[in-house]
Amino acid sequence: MRRPWTLRRSPGDRQPDAPASPQPDTGRLGLEPPPVEIAPNDPLVAYFQSASGPVDLDSLELDSPALAQLRSTGSRMVVPLVSQGELIGLLNLGPRRSEQEYSVDDRKLLQDLAGHAAPAVRVAQLVREQQAEIRERERIEQELEVARLIQQRFLPHELPEPPGWHVAAYYQPAREVGGDFYDFLELPDGQLGIVVGDVTDKGVPAALVMATTHSVLRAEAPRLVAPGEVLGRVNDLLVPEMPAHMFVTCLYAVLDPASGRLRFANAGHNLPYLRGAGGVTELRATGMPLGLLPGMAYEEKEAALAPGDDLLLHSDGLAEAHGPERQMFGFPRLAKLAGEGAGGQELIDLLLSELGKFTGPGWEQEDDITLVTLRRTGAEPAAGTVTEFELASEPGNERIAIERVTAAVGDLHLPGARVDRLGTAVGEAVMNAIEHGNHNRPELPVGVRVAVSGAELSVRITDQGGDRPIPQVERPDLEAKLSGEQSPRGWGLFLIESMVDELRTSVDEQRHTIELIVHLEKVGDHG
Amino acid sequence: MAEFRATVRRRDAASVVDLHGQIDMAADGPLGAAYAEAAAQGPGPIVLNFEHVDYINSTGIALIVGLLARARTERRSISACGLIDHYREIFQITRLSDFMEIHPDEDSAAGAPAAAGNTGRQS
Repeated sequence: MRRPWTLRRSPGDRQPDAPASPQPDTGRLGLEPPPVEIAPNDPLVAYFQSASGPVDLDSLELDSPALAQLRSTGSRMVVPLVSQGELIGLLNLGPRRSEQEYSVDDRKLLQDLAGHAAPAVRVAQLVREQQAEIRERERIEQELEVARLIQQRFLPHELPEPPGWHVAAYYQPAREVGGDFYDFLELPDGQLGIVVGDVTDKGVPAALVMATTHSVLRAEAPRLVAPGEVLGRVNDLLVPEMPAHMFVTCLYAVLDPASGRLRFANAGHNLPYLRGAGGVTELRATGMPLGLLPGMAYEEKEAALAPGDDLLLHSDGLAEAHGPERQMFGFPRLAKLAGEGAGGQELIDLLLSELGKFTGPGWEQEDDITLVTLRRTGAEPAAGTVTEFELASEPGNERIAIERVTAAVGDLHLPGARVDRLGTAVGEAVMNAIEHGNHNRPELPVGVRVAVSGAELSVRITDQGGDRPIPQVERPDLEAKLSGEQSPRGWGLFLIESMVDELRTSVDEQRHTIELIVHLEKVGDHG
Repeated sequence: MAEFRATVRRRDAASVVDLHGQIDMAADGPLGAAYAEAAAQGPGPIVLNFEHVDYINSTGIALIVGLLARARTERRSISACGLIDHYREIFQITRLSDFMEIHPDEDSAAGAPAAAGNTGRQS
């Protein structure tokens, strides 16, 4: 709908649609009348638009409130400014100062003036509109940036590494930043709090609500551990703070890494998926979103993750992404993918790659996407674990193993030569695991665990080649190799054994493990 | 991680092969080519300069064994210099040092009298 015209009868120092706010009387003869509002549906507008030159107000016969008003303020003549058929302004004149009528020449002059002024005024109007648009765009961009900054400020900068677990997270805000968030909380007794939430609305308001929710959760969770109680308390604290029409969906889970027990409560957030031996299950617990009504109760449920099980927490952005035909990615598809056996970062990579295939190129992300995955990697680690990690079976990864193990034993202050020997042994053992155990199949992991117990430093290297026994270590026959009777290769196991104090091997149905032992009390005796 | 490369230069009667980076599987081709280039310079001894080598694994050891075997059939002397302590220890453990002179630096390697033949010092 068009804005009403505001008309001032003054000598051309204002645009016809200038604000109608009260102005101090600065009229040149102290005669400036109040502005006249012309409604868009006033017949005068249509008349001016089709007029072919200056219009004498006195001789007009129109049922127009604006015309009456104009006459009452002393206007005598109006010259419409029309550009490309559009009425873009009016020259509004009072009586001539000579008190004579406007002459034919006057009218001609005004007509010419309007003919020249109209396109110039139109150009000026367009420039002004464009500038306003640019300013508006800049303002929106700035607001998005602020929202992004607030959100990033409250996202965790590091992932927790509970022993025996692999935690991964992915967060990608949409251009119009939404209110997704996730968090990890260190709780008493080594328990881990996991939060995934989504604030309705977007931009700065959502980011601020997210920040408040984050802070309240952080303050309340360590005191109340039970997830249902935590959400109830957070809800009561949020209700009075929450702007109208906004609320927060939030899943809060408490994991005991040692036992795999997961207690959780859900305030209207997407259901997490648990992939176990029996397939994928949704973890259901009922509860209202946070910030709507006080005094809400949140159901608390429990699940158990066995070694090899995976948990996926997620926000709307993935399941509700749309494909080119406006079809939705959907929860069934997500559940199916969650059940394919990938875990941790691999599961995240799988989901994102499937999302990419689904949406096709050039997709603009509609909503924030948050994914948090937890995999229980294996048996509970023995006490004294210094570090534990997995590597893909790709040539060259033995160098990464050497670097990580030597870094991990840094605190033991072993002599440099001792560390070098351990490094070589680790490198050789990992190379064997990649090549002979896992047959260079990158998807098969090589597990490395460094632990200290008593006076023993142990590095266990595990591959998936349980079907093949580890050969006995034999001293290579260098003469036979030099004379060409034997292959020049075959130094790995011998080197490993020479570099550490003890070499232990074990094989089960699935895996080989080679354990490198360094006796810490012997450290002083060596290089 | 530095990719392996080897360059050959003449020093008096010897050919010095400067080794750079890590000696593992990927070093196979360049190392063999450098040996051939050094051997083509004449019958003099070959000095492998390990000063700029930061990593040698068991595959790298096998490559060096291969070079030694080749030199043996050509009755050529090979020596090594510039090894850091850790790899000097590995050359001892693997007995490579029984079949090639190990010198602390290039000057002593190039100045040493060429080992007779390539049978090495049997310990």
